[in-house]
Amino acid sequence: MAAPMSLVVEFGGGAELLFDGIKKHQVTLPCQPEPWDIRNLLKWIKQNLLKERPELFIQGDTVRPGILVLINDADWELMGELDYKLQNQDNVVFISTLHGG
Amino acid sequence: AMALSEAARLRAEIERREQELSALQGQLASVLAKEEPGSELPTLQARASLSLAEILRYSRQLVLPELGVRGQLRLSRCSVLVVEGGTAVPVMEKDVEMSNLHRQVLHGEAREGLPKALSAAASLRQLNSAVQYVPYHLALSPSTALELVRQYDVVADCSDNVPTRYLVSDACVLAGKPLVSASALRLEGQLVVYNYQGGPCYRCLFPKPPPPETVTNCADGGVLGVVPGIMGCIQALEVLKIASGIGSGFSQFMLMFDALEGRFRNIKLRPKKSDCAICGDSPTMTSLQDYEAFCGSSATDKCRSLHLLTSKERISVEEYKKLWDEQVPHILVDVRPQVEVDICSLAHSVHVPLSKLEGQNEECLKYLGKRICKEKQRTSSKTAFPVYVICKLGNDSQKAVRVLQELPDKELGSIVAKDIQGGLMAWARKIDPSFPQY
Repeated sequence: MAAPMSLVVEFGGGAELLFDGIKKHQVTLPCQPEPWDIRNLLKWIKQNLLKERPELFIQGDTVRPGILVLINDADWELMGELDYKLQNQDNVVFISTLHGG
Repeated sequence: AMALSEAARLRAEIERREQELSALQGQLASVLAKEEPGSELPTLQARASLSLAEILRYSRQLVLPELGVRGQLRLSRCSVLVVEGGTAVPVMEKDVEMSNLHRQVLHGEAREGLPKALSAAASLRQLNSAVQYVPYHLALSPSTALELVRQYDVVADCSDNVPTRYLVSDACVLAGKPLVSASALRLEGQLVVYNYQGGPCYRCLFPKPPPPETVTNCADGGVLGVVPGIMGCIQALEVLKIASGIGSGFSQFMLMFDALEGRFRNIKLRPKKSDCAICGDSPTMTSLQDYEAFCGSSATDKCRSLHLLTSKERISVEEYKKLWDEQVPHILVDVRPQVEVDICSLAHSVHVPLSKLEGQNEECLKYLGKRICKEKQRTSSKTAFPVYVICKLGNDSQKAVRVLQELPDKELGSIVAKDIQGGLMAWARKIDPSFPQY
């Protein structure tokens, strides 16, 4: 049984607009039988934080193209992507890439 | 009094010469625009020493051991291709618009309407005439990009749209050139050095383009003028470090800047991907492709136009003007966000933001219902009541019409909703020139 877990979840690059414009969220994930990973976290975000138009953030069980996921300031590709096992106090950032100038 | 009249005379003289200058620049632009681009760059010769003038000019950085004479000499024979968009230093294709000036500091008021590449080159020449500037007044395309990129040592991507970002990155991979890429939107900026010292390319990071509806440009999303300036300065720094041999630390790193918090963040990125379509071990792409098709969007930062409604569900600004003049009973709903309504609006419009409509916000629907009820009293007609919807350009207004059409009659009574094509910007262009364009 995984204990409740506190995380800082951040959105940036415009992704925060899907979350009432709030960039930084202090999040406590509830206890659950299996350990929390990014795949579960995405489901939890969809159910608990996402205010509108989920397709602009999530496609299938992952983030849509153009959103970069950072775990403790590192690209999630270096950390195991969806399978990364979250640790208490982790910092997870979802950043939409910018194209303008 | 003498000094005052002398000042007035000088001001008049300056204005006369400025007009003359701007006319000359216009002529130059039209001459250069006809020139065949793509001619070979002159080769920059390696030199053994700096000139007296160069030592004077660059002494403050020559004494830095990190750069020194060696670095400065390397810089002097380096060529940089700057791909325009907005980020502080532009080249290529577009003309200077008034809305560029707050952030694109190489362009001044006097050069509105000039091709950006020419305007930028003219500004830079005033700053440093010893550097060669080659303005390309053309759109970078899959047929021209590779040839152009091959002629340069370093590329800076300051463009403003997704297809161009992929095009520039792919061309840099095929030509083997490092790419310093910066972007900005709202109060944020990002910078990465791609295809450098074995690091990833743009495609390694973003194998699939973002869905077009998720991409926001500076016109829609806004951008604070200083932010691209900051990103442009850091971009120039990284170009200079690469060109002088100091080297950049941003390969496989992304710099994220949040101007609101005043925070810079360095993110460790993935390495070059062995399965990358262009820079991987067995690339599937060996030439440039059609990037607009790949991204499903056009290679400009201009707003996309949506085609959601049929022509029967839309009216033109001229038609709207006519029914307004004839005082036909109706309601005009402005669905833009509050910040845009603060800039300008039509006095008789009812403001209900699209987000509230889409969320079927009870308070807003009640308010709208009340306004419709009131206006209905002016007519005895029993037919469905006309509701016209307007926004900035005529995209959101279509979405709003769909929402209104799907509301049950009990919400607003029997209505017929249509949108105004081209929105308030069309109104400003075609009906009321005193209405602000933003």
